[in-house]
Amino acid sequence: MENQFFVDSEYLSEKALEKKHKLETDPSSRTNHMEYMPGMEQIDSDICEKVMSQVASYDYQTYTEKDVKAALEHRTCSVEDFKALLSPAAEPFLEQMAERARWETSKHFGNTVYLFTPLYIANYCENYCVYCGFNCYNHINRMKLNMEQIEKEMKVIADSGMEEILILTGESRGKSGVDYIGEACKLAKKYFRMVGLEIYPVNSDEYRYLHECGADYVTVFQETYDTDKYETLHLMGHKRVWPYRFNAQERALMGGMRGVGFSALLGLSDFHKDALASALHVYYLQRKYPHAEMSLSCPRLRPIINNDKINPLDVHEKQLCQIICAYRIFLPYVGITVSSRESASFRNGIVKIAATKVSAGVSTGIGDHESKYSGKDDGTETGDEQFEINDGRSFETMYEDITEEGLQPVLNDYVYV
Amino acid sequence: MNNDTWTLGGHEFHSRFILGSGKYSLNLIEAAVKDAGAEIITLAVRRANTREHENILDYIPDHVTLLPNTSGARTAEEAVRIARLARELGCGDFVKVEIMRDSKYLLPDNQETIRATEILAKEGFVVMPYMYPDLNVARDLVNAGAASVMPLASPIGSNKGLATKEFIQILIDEIDLPIIVDAGIGKPSQACEAMEMGAAAIMANTALATAGNLPLMASAFKDAIEAGRNAYLAGLGRVLTRGAAASDPLTGFLRD
Repeated sequence: MENQFFVDSEYLSEKALEKKHKLETDPSSRTNHMEYMPGMEQIDSDICEKVMSQVASYDYQTYTEKDVKAALEHRTCSVEDFKALLSPAAEPFLEQMAERARWETSKHFGNTVYLFTPLYIANYCENYCVYCGFNCYNHINRMKLNMEQIEKEMKVIADSGMEEILILTGESRGKSGVDYIGEACKLAKKYFRMVGLEIYPVNSDEYRYLHECGADYVTVFQETYDTDKYETLHLMGHKRVWPYRFNAQERALMGGMRGVGFSALLGLSDFHKDALASALHVYYLQRKYPHAEMSLSCPRLRPIINNDKINPLDVHEKQLCQIICAYRIFLPYVGITVSSRESASFRNGIVKIAATKVSAGVSTGIGDHESKYSGKDDGTETGDEQFEINDGRSFETMYEDITEEGLQPVLNDYVYV
Repeated sequence: MNNDTWTLGGHEFHSRFILGSGKYSLNLIEAAVKDAGAEIITLAVRRANTREHENILDYIPDHVTLLPNTSGARTAEEAVRIARLARELGCGDFVKVEIMRDSKYLLPDNQETIRATEILAKEGFVVMPYMYPDLNVARDLVNAGAASVMPLASPIGSNKGLATKEFIQILIDEIDLPIIVDAGIGKPSQACEAMEMGAAAIMANTALATAGNLPLMASAFKDAIEAGRNAYLAGLGRVLTRGAAASDPLTGFLRD
C-alpha cells in the first residue's frame, strides 16, 4: 500500500491544474533535485558523503539475533551495533532495548522532560510537497501574522508559563522573508528564554543574522534521505533541492547557532534507512562540531486538510519505539523530541524511556492561540493547520501528566550567551 | 559532629558532600539535602533562570550554600557572563566554572577554564573550577585565584568511578587548595575511596538521580564520605603487596 497524495482542488484554475498534473505525471517537467538553485550557498563539506555511503550499503535484512544481542552487550554502541538495533532482527528485543535506552536517558538527562510549544506565524508556501497541508496547491486559509499579531500570540503563550518557543513558517521567502522572521525572533526574545526556528533552509549569513536576532536553535527536517523518493514527493519550489536542505544544519552552525535539530518524516520511504541516515547525520556533524547541541525528532506522517487518508504506512507505534530506543542507545547525549503528532498514551510512555522533549498547547494553525488557550473567540481570522495533531493536551495538563509519571518537567535549561 | 571542618571562600563547612540538583524532581531536593547532610548544592544557572512555575531556587533550604554552575558555556567569556547572571539572580558569590566545547562527553576545556577563573576571581567570586585532572593546569588555576580545584573522576553521568585516580592523587599531594572530586562517582564506595585518598569533598548528582531510592542513596553517600574521611584522618594502615612482613626487622643486625 502506498499513500495517495494527489488531490485536486476545485479552486485551482485550469492552467494551475494543468501544471500540477504535469508535475505529478511527467518527471521530465521537474527540475533536477540534486542541483542548487541560484542564490543557494554551497559549502565545502564531506558529511553528506559519509552519511549516504553508509546508508547505501545498509542491508538491514542481513542482521541477526546474534548481532542484536552483541549490540546490547557492548558498553558503547558502534555504527554497526546501531544498524543491528534498527534492523527487523531487533524487533523481538524491544523491551531490552527500552531498558537500555531508559538507563542511558537517565544517565544523561536524569528524570527531566523539557516542554516547548510551536508558534506558526505564516503558512504561505511556494513548494509543492505532496504530503504537506501547506503545499501551494492545497486550498487552505492562508495567513501571515503581522508583528502586532505575533506579539499578541507570544503574550498568550508566555502567560501560560511556557518559556521555550519554536517559530515556524511555511516555506515562502516571498511572503515570509528572513527580515520578517528576524523581527519575530526579536519579539520572541522578549517573552521566551529559548527561541528555536523551523523555517525554510537559508544561507549561513542569514542564519547568523537570525542568531543575532535571538534565535539559537535551528531544526530542519530532511523528510526523506532517499533522494529518488524525495524527488517524487517535492515536485516544485526551493525545497526540491535535496542537498541544500541536507547541509542546512551545518550552515546554521557556521552561522553561530548553538544547536541544530534533525529528522526524517517517517512513513515517506524505507524507515530503516531514513532512521539510519538521520542518526548518522547527527553523529558525523557532532564529530565535526563537537560543541554543538543536537537533537532528533521522530515525526510520522499525519492526515492533512483535504486528505485525511495520509498515514505512516508500516511505521506503527512499535517500529517508532524501536527507532527511538535505537537512537537513544546510539546517541545517548542527544535530545529526542516527540511531537503532538503522536497520541497522549504513546508520549506518556516514551518520555519514560527515551524522549526528552515534548510539545504542549500545540496549534499548527496561524493566529489561533488566544481562542485555543483562553476559549475567547473574537472572530478574527486564522490560518489553517499544517497537519492534524493527535495529542491536544494543554501546557497545564501536560505539566501535570509528566509530574504524575514521576518525571520533572523543565521549562528552561538554557541561557542565551 | 566532630571539629573536622573545611573552609571555602570564608565559609566553614562540616559536610563534605556537595549535592547536584539537575537530574531529579524538585520535590526530592529537600529530602536529598537532609539525608545527604549537604551544606552546598549546585544548580545550573540556565535552569534557575526561569520565570515562575516551580523555580528550583524555591526548593533549596535557606541554610544551604548555593553553588551555581556555568553549564552551557563554551568559552571563558560565556562562563563569565553566566556567572554574573547568577549573581544578579541572587545566587551569591560562589561559582562552579564549567566550560565544555564538547556536547557528547561534556569534558571540560581546561584552557578556557583557567581564563574564566582568573577573570571571575578578580571580580570577587569564589571560583571552583571543574577540570580534567592535569597538574600543570591545577597549578595555573591556583595562580588564577581558584578557591578549590574540582577534577573529574570519569565522564559526567557515567557512574564509572575513579578512572583518573592516579592523577587526582597527584593533585591532592601537590595542590594546597581543597580538591573536590566531581563527576563520574557512581557509588558510595567510590566516594569513600576518593575521601580515603585525601580529597576534601565529593560532588555527586547522577549517582543519586539514577538510584531507586534517592534519599536513601543520599544517606549512603553521606556515610561513605564520612567513613572515607575518618579513614584518611586515622591514617590508612599499609597494604602489603607481596607476602608477609618479617616480624624481625631485616636490618636488626646493625649494631652501630
